[in-house]
Amino acid sequence: MIYKETGQYKSSYKSDHAIFPLLQDKIAFSTLMFIAFLIIPFVINSYWEKAILVPFLIFSLAAIGLNILTGYCGQVSLGTGGFMAVGAFSTYKIMTYFPDMNIMIIILISGLITAAVGIIFGLPSLRIKGFYLAVATLASQFFLVWLFNKVPWFYNYSDTGQITVSERTMFGVPVTGAEAPSYATYLFCLVLVVVLSFAAKNLIRSKMGRSWMAIRDMDIAAEIIGVPPLKTKLSAFAISSFYIGVAGALYFAVFLGAIEVTESFDIMTISFPVLFMIIIGGLGSMLGSFLGAAFVVTLPIGLKFLMVDMVGLSAVTAKHFEITIWGLLMIVFLIVEPHGLARLWSIAKEKLRRWPFPY
Amino acid sequence: MSVELLNFIETVLNGLMSGVMYSLVALGFVLIFKASGVFNFAQGVFALFAALTLVGYQTGQVPFAHLINELFGTNYHNWYASMPNFLAILLTMVTMIALAWIIERLVLKHLVNQDPIILFMATIGLAFALEGVGDLMWGSDVKVLDVGIPSGGSIWLEEATIGLAAEGSDYYGMYVDVLNIWATVIAVILVVSLALFSQYTKTGRALRAVADDHQAALSVGISLRSIWILVWAISGFIAMVAGIMWGTESGVQFSLSLIALKALPVLILGGFTSIPGAIIGGLMIGVGEKLAEIYIGGYFETGALENWFAYVMALVFLLFRPQGLFGDKIIERV
Repeated sequence: MIYKETGQYKSSYKSDHAIFPLLQDKIAFSTLMFIAFLIIPFVINSYWEKAILVPFLIFSLAAIGLNILTGYCGQVSLGTGGFMAVGAFSTYKIMTYFPDMNIMIIILISGLITAAVGIIFGLPSLRIKGFYLAVATLASQFFLVWLFNKVPWFYNYSDTGQITVSERTMFGVPVTGAEAPSYATYLFCLVLVVVLSFAAKNLIRSKMGRSWMAIRDMDIAAEIIGVPPLKTKLSAFAISSFYIGVAGALYFAVFLGAIEVTESFDIMTISFPVLFMIIIGGLGSMLGSFLGAAFVVTLPIGLKFLMVDMVGLSAVTAKHFEITIWGLLMIVFLIVEPHGLARLWSIAKEKLRRWPFPY
Repeated sequence: MSVELLNFIETVLNGLMSGVMYSLVALGFVLIFKASGVFNFAQGVFALFAALTLVGYQTGQVPFAHLINELFGTNYHNWYASMPNFLAILLTMVTMIALAWIIERLVLKHLVNQDPIILFMATIGLAFALEGVGDLMWGSDVKVLDVGIPSGGSIWLEEATIGLAAEGSDYYGMYVDVLNIWATVIAVILVVSLALFSQYTKTGRALRAVADDHQAALSVGISLRSIWILVWAISGFIAMVAGIMWGTESGVQFSLSLIALKALPVLILGGFTSIPGAIIGGLMIGVGEKLAEIYIGGYFETGALENWFAYVMALVFLLFRPQGLFGDKIIERV
């Protein structure tokens, strides 16, 4: 009886199309936004910012991006790390050439550049699919990382091959660089994530999103009923890459500050974890992207606390345990709940709806 | 012959040899894919795990020694000083069969009839789990693997080729690693015996029947599950051979599992369903990579084309022939 929808009638198209049609959802969402915008910025400290909140927000964006491509359009990609690197390096290059440009605009342009790169690497998807495509996206991963590592122009000929962010401000407060206060970096990411997730949610409910899903469910049938595969697949690649590129730009500019491409955008540190996020969170679900990102960001911290601080294992052994647990979790989720955490949440909602009655 | 030509031949030869190494990994992929339709991403980790286990048995490491020592404050390391190679390889083989059985029991059985892509992602999970277990069991330090396969440059070939160059030119003969020659010999034996096995034994025929059509194979009384266990065990065996070869060449370490990723373009070139394809694809990738490194890599001052050249080669190939050189034609119906 907690989550009851009786008595909530939809009397206009507008209310029928609302993202959160139920009052309970609206209340829950508003509370969440209230906490996120008006409470957390005042209580946030450096640990929460660096270890949990900012990586969570950034990886949510990356997960949304990959979910658009894999969850909604059905094209498996292992090249997330490469595309995030494109976002990061575009940000860096734009920063060097246009010292006065606003950081928000820089990051959005980096997203657009990544989208263009995504279209190029999405071209093979027109002819191949399934794991053939997964292999093709591996090509983008290795090629892009090699490119940024080996062509000195990308890192401005610095000796170490590292790229370092310079300080940029929004409304007079620095959001990038070492001096940026915790609340500023957090709010900067939060605003981008909220705006872009709303955009993604609406895109998915639009004609474009429906054609992605048609292609995912059966591409030949979709083509026959008039969904153009070229446009649909490439738009999925472009928009997915845009999100991943923005995530990569934030990852570099706001979160890490200085990166070395082979380490920070490796297939093991980015591509697979983001794939975990959408599998564990839920393929083809916005909520799932967030839940998955939260899970993947917090689980290592929890495991480390449990194994290193409580049981007293060495950090190396704990790391091996962590890898094992990731693998097992992935298998367990695929077997037991292929729709991920998002599905668990909708089961919980169903339970809450009829509680305390069994039926 | 001119020195350039000899150098070219040497490059091609070395490419062929390293291609054989890729083929060894790709072979395991193809077997599993043919029989169970699973694209086994964990094949490389199989090789790593087999090599780790082999070293562990050889040197008598206590499994999970690090973990036990850290949990209980004990100081276990080795049971015995060493074990004969033959016995260690046999025990590793038994371990790989047990592993195949466990995987069938715990993973595959529950994912029957799922989308191929779901199975693919499950094997990514498997790769992670197995890598973690391998590290926990045997430790993650780089290990030296030596089962008595000779390595180093082949002196015979060097002396035989030194006279081929024109009189008075600076030519010191071709350099080919003996280990690679051994790998080639072993790969040939492996492929021939696999072909004989699948052609002339009852189990081999059952295996091919399953590869052709699951339903039909079931209906004539072939047990799918035992065939799957068998196939995974065979590819575990191939992974062990690959692991021994790669491990001898570059030490047993995590990067072994990344070699599996190199086998993916090999599969695309050769086709997912063809054993000769895996071999020829591997050779092509090996030669292409070495030639590119030497003849194109010179234009980039930084080199290291090997990281991605194989993938791009496969990508270009895919555009023209999506099913690979020898793969079955993909026919889709609504």
